[in-house]
Order: sequence, then C-alpha cells, then structure tokens
Amino acid sequence: MEKIISGRVWVLGEDIDTDVIYPGKYLPILDPVEMAKHALEGVSPDFPARLETGDIIVAGMGFGCGSSREQAATCLKMAGVAAVVAGSFARIFFRNAVNQGLPLVQADIADKLKDGDILTIDFNRNMIDYPAAAGEVEFPPLADSVMAIIEAGGLIPAVRQRLGLTE
Amino acid sequence: MPHTIAEKILAFRSGAREVFPGELITARPDKVMSHDNAGLVIKHFRAIGSEKVFDPAKIIIPLDHRVPAESERTAIAHKSIREFVKEQNIENFYDIREGICHQVMVENGHVRPGELILGTDSHTTSYGCLAAASTGIGATEMAAVWATGEIWLRVPETIRIEVNGQFKPGVTPKDLILYLLGRLTARGADYKAIEFYGTTIENIPVSGRFTLCNMSMEMGAKFAIVPFDGETRKYLESRMKEDYTPFAADPDAEYTERHIIDASELTPQIAKPHRVDNVVPLKEAAGIRIDQVVIGSCTNGRIDDLEQAAAVLENKQVSRSVRLLVIPGSRSIYIQAIKLGIMEKFLEAGAVILNPGCGPCLGAHQGILAPGERCLATTNRNFKGRMGSTEAEVYLSSPIVAATAAIIGEIPDRVTES
Repeated sequence: MEKIISGRVWVLGEDIDTDVIYPGKYLPILDPVEMAKHALEGVSPDFPARLETGDIIVAGMGFGCGSSREQAATCLKMAGVAAVVAGSFARIFFRNAVNQGLPLVQADIADKLKDGDILTIDFNRNMIDYPAAAGEVEFPPLADSVMAIIEAGGLIPAVRQRLGLTE
Repeated sequence: MPHTIAEKILAFRSGAREVFPGELITARPDKVMSHDNAGLVIKHFRAIGSEKVFDPAKIIIPLDHRVPAESERTAIAHKSIREFVKEQNIENFYDIREGICHQVMVENGHVRPGELILGTDSHTTSYGCLAAASTGIGATEMAAVWATGEIWLRVPETIRIEVNGQFKPGVTPKDLILYLLGRLTARGADYKAIEFYGTTIENIPVSGRFTLCNMSMEMGAKFAIVPFDGETRKYLESRMKEDYTPFAADPDAEYTERHIIDASELTPQIAKPHRVDNVVPLKEAAGIRIDQVVIGSCTNGRIDDLEQAAAVLENKQVSRSVRLLVIPGSRSIYIQAIKLGIMEKFLEAGAVILNPGCGPCLGAHQGILAPGERCLATTNRNFKGRMGSTEAEVYLSSPIVAATAAIIGEIPDRVTES
C-alpha cells in the first residue's frame, strides 16, 4: 500500500448505504472485475463509468451502513478507488474494506470539498491535504493490526502469510 | 471490575479474565453461519488454501436468499455449496426448503445463551433474542474464520435500553424498535452493544425479542442482547438440554448511554423512504397509496406476526390495487400457520403466499418494484433501490399496520385493534 495517496475526489452525502453502493440484484456475481461495473450505481446509473483508477471517495457520516455484503467494498476497490474518506463508517463495511485492502480514513470533510478537487492522504503523518479549500486535517490512525491487514493487500494474503501458505 | 454481557462473553471466548471496551481481542466463535453467500466464502476459502475447515460441527449453512434459485448464476452457487458441505462434512446444511437463516438458527437449537456467533449477514444480531452475542461479518472474513477458527474483534461499549409498561392494543415490538430507530438514529449504536431491560421486555416473547435484536442492527449495533430469563428458558426447553451458560451483566456495569422508554405511550410507527430512521407515528403517513404489501422476513415472519396480520384480514378482501405477499419465516412456521388456519385466511383475503425465504426484502426476486411503485413491508430496510427500482419507495411497519394497509390500499391512520 502507498503511504501517500493523492487523487481526484467524488463527494457523496451522509449514510451512503450498501444498497446504493452495490444493489442487491448483483450479489450472485462472483467475478470482482464484473462487480466493479456496478460500483455506486445507486448514486446514479452512470457513476461506475465516471470512476477512474486512483479516485478517492469522500462522504459524510455513516458510510456503508446496512448489509454485510463485502461486495460494497470489493466493487470500490476493483473500480480503482484508492481510498474512502468519511465522517464515520458502519462497522461491517469498515471490516470488509480492511479485508479487501481498501484504505479508509475517518475525517468529516465532505462539506469542504467538491467533485474533482485533489486530495492527498499521508499515512506517515496521518494528515489529509486538500489544497482547493486550503485545508489540512489530522485523522485518527488505524490500529497497527488493522493497518497490517491493509498493507498485506487484504485479509486473504494476511491469513496465508500467518498460516505459512505463501510460496 | 463489573462488566456488561458483551464484555463477559468476549472475555470468555478470548480466554481472558476480563476485557474492556475499546480493546482489540482475538476470539474463538461458538458457531458461524453463512447463507447463499457461502458460495463467495468458499471461493475465498479456496484462495486462502486451507484444506479443511476449522470445525465442521460449528458451521451452519441455510440457503434462503434466492430460493429456489432465481438464475443460473445462483443455481451454480447453490450447487457449489452442496458439494462443499459434503466434502467438508458440514452436517448443519439446510437446503432451500427450510427457511430464513436466522429463523432456522434459532429454531433448530444452533443458538445458545452466552455464545458468540458470527454470520455473513448483517441481521445476525438477531440471536441476542436468546441472550447470545452475535454479529455480521463479510465473506472474506468468514473464509478466514473457517480457516483459523478465530477473529479479531473490538470490545464494544454497551448502551442500556430499559422499556417499561404495557403496549396499547395494536402496538407491537416492531413499533418499539422503529420508535427507537427514530430516536437513536441509524448511527446511534455504531460499534456498540445494546442490552434490553424493563418490564415490557420481560413480557415480550422470544419472537418479539427477535424483532428487537434483528433491527437493532439498523442503529449500527454490533450486538443486541435481551438477557436470559424464564422466557428464554421456556423457549429452549423443547430445543436443547440445559447445558448452556448464560451471562448476566453486573448491577454496576458501565454503560455508555442509558435510555428509559415508556411503552404505554407508544403508538404504531412507520419508517418512510429512504432511511430506516425516518420514523413517524402512523397517522403522519396516513393516506399514502400502496401498490404492494410484504408480510414476512427475518424481522416479522414468525407465527405471531402471521397470526396478527391474518386476524386483521379475516373476512375481508385485499384491495384490488394491492398485491399482498406473505412469506412465512420457516417451514416449521409455515406448517404451524396451516394447522392454525392462518394460511386459509390469507388466501381467502387474496394474498399470494411465497415459500420461506428472503426474496423481495433485498430485491433478490419475488416481488421486485417498478419505478414509481410503493411498498409497505414488515421487513427491515427501506433504502433506495432496496426492493428493485431506485425510483420505487419502501415503507416499514408492523404486520398489523401492513395488513390494514393491504385492505384499504393506503397507509391507514389507525389500526383496527387500537
């Protein structure tokens, strides 16, 4: 995982739920590449096409509330989302994102940004820079054990390492 | 130190003398449950590369989300699950005929007081109705549990909710949990456990406690627990030997919040689109035209739910502008409802009865909404697009309110019992 992530932001509202992130009708899909084609489709049908590799999602409180479907995290990761910044995360989404190796940052800055602004997240200093609004904010670091899962690329590689199953 | 129920269960399952809120622990769950998404769990389990699951006796797999298979893709997933449970000697596999996973878990003795249970479904919190600590996780995480038998968990703070007094006629545990959602909001219990106390709770049977613990998840709760009492024991008598160990909270345990509710003041409640905490008293939503009514789901598909709804519909007809879908929560509830004449009442009133399962609740199949349509459901979520079109609307209520709406074709201003 990159320690400094810089990207273009998409700003979403509060309580972006899992049905909006990944509608239930797509749950039978098992191919992660296909999942990415429906990322945030509930926001608007053309949203998946707008997402580009390296983009950052910025949202208000309660991001990922609702279902335990990890596809909500997988589809964002596979659509190239580099990180999600939100005022708060629902607990199952938080775990799912960590387990998919998708970095999360807790910061309530959605109302300071607009679509297309550039944001830089520095995990070395736990700081976010958003030059468009001339702002800078510190965020609470993730627990070391949680960060270790993200850095391993997700829970599957982390468990493989732990069980000595890596070549 | 005094502790809450969640703290005691997590201490026990992590082998610690005591644990404290905020601490990250490694716990060994008593049981783990997956439904149709076991297909995805299996895929991840293969990717980890373990040959055998940690303990086949601790894994329970009921198929319920898309039953019978609504598509070839689902049929393939179901087939892979049937092959996997044979290969791994997982005996607690319930194929499509049995019912909704959480109902199947509770009915069939897979939930014991004091246990820690994980499930790849957010409404796994339901097992708090039998004084267990249970919560939802994702498929990758479950694959790791299948491989290792362990999970990391953060010890949650606990919210104490005390409810006293008697419900007015026509008011049910669903109205109570909708009211609580409106009051505490969809984020009000994020990362926290909830414990329920009070005379109202003591008098609510396991079925209604199930509804409370089920929808506590919609407040963000990690666990929702009704402490073990005579009602729990009575429910379990016919289902298992009394060899379980319930945990009680210490009287001076520390709670992060305390709420006291007077149940006698409660009226029927409605959650309006598209938020579960957009809750208003029934009369504030009265008159809204409804195209479809769904009575069922893990939230309200039990025998007393069906009985209450059927009583409203008896000798009446479902409005010609409404499609009423009734889904018993399990095969056993279905059989009981037939024996009690409940199904006859539904059919005579003009309802369509679906096989036990999740179907329309998550927009999987069986009752998908078109743009512009409105549904009143006894289910647990009304998110945009939840039951089909993103331009459809879902309202949430009790079975009594839903049945009343099915007759008049709109959200009623009162229920017949009140």
